[in-house]
Order: sequence, then C-alpha cells, then structure tokens
Amino acid sequence: MTPPQRKRRLPRPELVQPPLPSVPPAPENGGEDGDNKNPERLYVISGADGARAELDLVTLIVARADPPPSVTPEQAVLLRLCLAPLSVAELSAYLNLPFSAMTALITELITAELVQARAPIVRQALPDRSLLEAVMHGLQRL
Amino acid sequence: MIPGPRTEDHLPHTALAAVKIVIVGGFGVGKTTMVGSVSEIRPLTTEETMTQAGIGVDDNYGSDSKTATTVAMDFGRISITDQLVLYLFGTPGQERFWFLWNGLFEGALGAVVLIDTRRLEVSFDVMGRLEERGVPFVVAVNSFPDAPRYPIDELRTALDLSPEIPIIECDARRRASSRDVLMTLMRFLHSLAMSGALT
Repeated sequence: MTPPQRKRRLPRPELVQPPLPSVPPAPENGGEDGDNKNPERLYVISGADGARAELDLVTLIVARADPPPSVTPEQAVLLRLCLAPLSVAELSAYLNLPFSAMTALITELITAELVQARAPIVRQALPDRSLLEAVMHGLQRL
Repeated sequence: MIPGPRTEDHLPHTALAAVKIVIVGGFGVGKTTMVGSVSEIRPLTTEETMTQAGIGVDDNYGSDSKTATTVAMDFGRISITDQLVLYLFGTPGQERFWFLWNGLFEGALGAVVLIDTRRLEVSFDVMGRLEERGVPFVVAVNSFPDAPRYPIDELRTALDLSPEIPIIECDARRRASSRDVLMTLMRFLHSLAMSGALT
C-alpha cells in the first residue's frame, strides 16, 4: 500500500519569528558537567521592567506578598496559588480562566508589585547549547 | 472546577525559568497521551478564546464568523533541574487555530509531530505550518497495533522530509518511549545549534 504524499513547504519570512539577540556566551568553566553552572544566565532574557514584559504561557509567576485587603477575591486566590512558582498556563488551568484573561489579571498584580514574573527562555537565532544539554540531562533522569 | 494544585504540584522556589515544546498532530493521534505519559503533574488544560480579529487571520474563514472560538490545550510539566522547567503542550483538535494562539509556537524550543500511519494525511497541514514558521520538528510515529507499518525511508519520502529530520517510532502510552521522542528532538535541536555555530 502506498502512503499518501505530502509536499514540503518553505519558510515564509513574514511568519518566521524574528531572531532574538543571542545570549552572550558564558565563560567556559572547564571540566564539570554541571546542571547548575551559571544560574544567572537564566535571568538574561527577563526585562528589568516586569510590567511591560509580555507574558508567555510558561512565564513563571510567584507571589511577592500576602494578599492585601485591597485585592479582588480572584486576585487573592491567584496570590495564594503562586506562593510557590507556577506558570501562567497552570494558573489559567487552576483558576479556569482563559489565557488572555489570566494575563490581564497577572499584569495588574505585577503593576501592584504583588507578584514577580520570571520570563521563559525562548528559542533564539542560535540556540544555547548548554540549555539544550541541561534539558537532555534532565530527560535522561526520567 | 478542577481541584487546585497539590503540594507536590508546586515548583520549588528556586525555579527560575521555563522552556516549552509543542506536540502536534491530527485529531486522535495520541498527543494528550504523550503529554500525560511523561508529565510529573496530572495533565492540565488551558484555554484561549479566539476573537474575530484573530480568526480573520485565517484565510479559510468567511466573513460571517462573528462567534468566538474557544481553543483548548492540554499540557504537562517536567522539572529539569531545581531552576529549569520544561512544559509540554499538546494541542487537541482544531489544528488551524493553534497557530492563532499567540505565543504558543513563538519561543518553543521545537515541536514533535505525532503521526498515525492509518491517517498520515491529517498531519500534513500542521507540518507545513511549522515549516512556514521555521519551527524545528521531529516526526514520531505512534505505533497503533493495527496501523500499516512503512519503512522509515518510505515514510520520509511520503512526508517529503529532508534526511536530517529524525523520524522515530514510539508508543505514546509509555513513559520511556515518549521520553525517547523528546530526547530525539533535543538531540536534533542540539545538532542544529552545533551546525549553526560552525557557520
């Protein structure tokens, strides 16, 4: 039996994600296979101004303070949920809110400095090999 | 209303950043099964409401499409280190809407295209859309017992995939097998990074 035939498509420049500036390479610290080398590199992509950061499905949100009396019940629930970090996707699932409603709610809390957003590491023009290796090590342990 | 996170569903305070991989394919090929087999949390579902402005981007859509469409996505999580977390998104049904979900594919490390050889053609469109967006992907053949088995070379020809794109067989129900698919994607991404570094 012959399988059906597909025809490959070419990249369309208007659809391809514009390359992000590459993270500057970390200094080599030879020898170790460390999973935890250069932890500060994970911060590189997060902007200083969290309120303007665009929230991704996998941006990690963590509460910075206990819910003050001024917040809405919904916000109070969210703040209690992210006493430890959770992604925007997880918060959306637990609160049963669509992603865009979730990001609006979180943006308010970022502005009020009640939560901190930890930006995801996104695909770059030249992927960070040490990041890919860290993911492979983690998967091998599964 | 789903129950909230259990204690073990929370990430450690040291978690700094996350990466994501998207698992795509036609309806019923086992995407959610694959997410569930490797996830450390019970798979969750997030939704997005596509407004007409978003839907209008899709050229197949008529002008009578005032109604908003809800697109759901299942996802799971794997903690890589104390600091790094991997999220896996499986996209049930309605494939032409996935690409309207801002930020789903943008920034993803890559994608797994899960295929069922009984219905190979249901994955053609999504592969083309990944190619158009320059999202790197591998192909995983979910081996259903009654599915026709094609030699990998024949599949590669049928799918019109260049030789460097990995094609592997898997059983999405099995954790080790799904893990191997993810490893194949990561090795492929790593080889892309290496070849990019040489140019």
